[in-house]
Amino acid sequence: MRDLSRREALALGASGAALTLAGLSTGASAAAKEAAEQIAKFTGGKSAEKGKVSIELPEIAENGNTVPLSVSVDSPMTAENYVSEILVVADGNPNPGVATFHLSPLTGKAEASTRIRLATTQNIIVVAKTSKGEVFTNQKLVKVTIGGCGG
Amino acid sequence: MAEKPRLKIPKEAKKGDVIEIKTLLPHVMESGQRKDKDGKPIPRKIINKFACEFNGKSVFTANFEPAIAANPYLQFHAKVDESGTFKFTWTDDDGTVTTAEEKITVS
Repeated sequence: MRDLSRREALALGASGAALTLAGLSTGASAAAKEAAEQIAKFTGGKSAEKGKVSIELPEIAENGNTVPLSVSVDSPMTAENYVSEILVVADGNPNPGVATFHLSPLTGKAEASTRIRLATTQNIIVVAKTSKGEVFTNQKLVKVTIGGCGG
Repeated sequence: MAEKPRLKIPKEAKKGDVIEIKTLLPHVMESGQRKDKDGKPIPRKIINKFACEFNGKSVFTANFEPAIAANPYLQFHAKVDESGTFKFTWTDDDGTVTTAEEKITVS
């Protein structure tokens, strides 16, 4: 079994991966694709590091019309280094955008809470940018019993 | 311009404190996704922007999408180093701006 050269094996692996990716993107909903586009726009194409961001949401939301959401970022809030922007998207809503928060050193704490609408069970993705250009992200799945976008 | 915003914010603080601010504006936040009983879409009408300033300096702003629930609620923080006035503004899709002010004494 020395027929496959290392290069060929790699090429095969890569095409396999590409196929899987293509399969995923056609399978995923339009909203998820749009959510990914909004995130890419927000980060300027920079890949986000997973972590530092905490998302507080109920595990099961009985009423999608008003779901409490808290986001916080483990970061200092000094003039030299602070969280400047936080993007929240919901990848299963008709419009994935939820909110963008703009913070400053005067905010004192990288944290915000609000109440959101969710059409269906989906992922909430939060991306945070710091003044130093670092990008952090995290996501959380919420199960929604009754959707909150009206018919 | 009908509804009055509700604010929860301490009246006093110590210099350097990080205080908690809660705001709520009664508003339908019509998402633009719903249809009336004749099947016609109800046009979108939401608060799309919120801003909080302290003594003229931006503390926290938010851009809202229709996925924000009715009566948009926000909780955030502010670091206070001097006495002054917080100013809050909510901007509606139709251009209406609602404002509120709250003073704080910092010792």
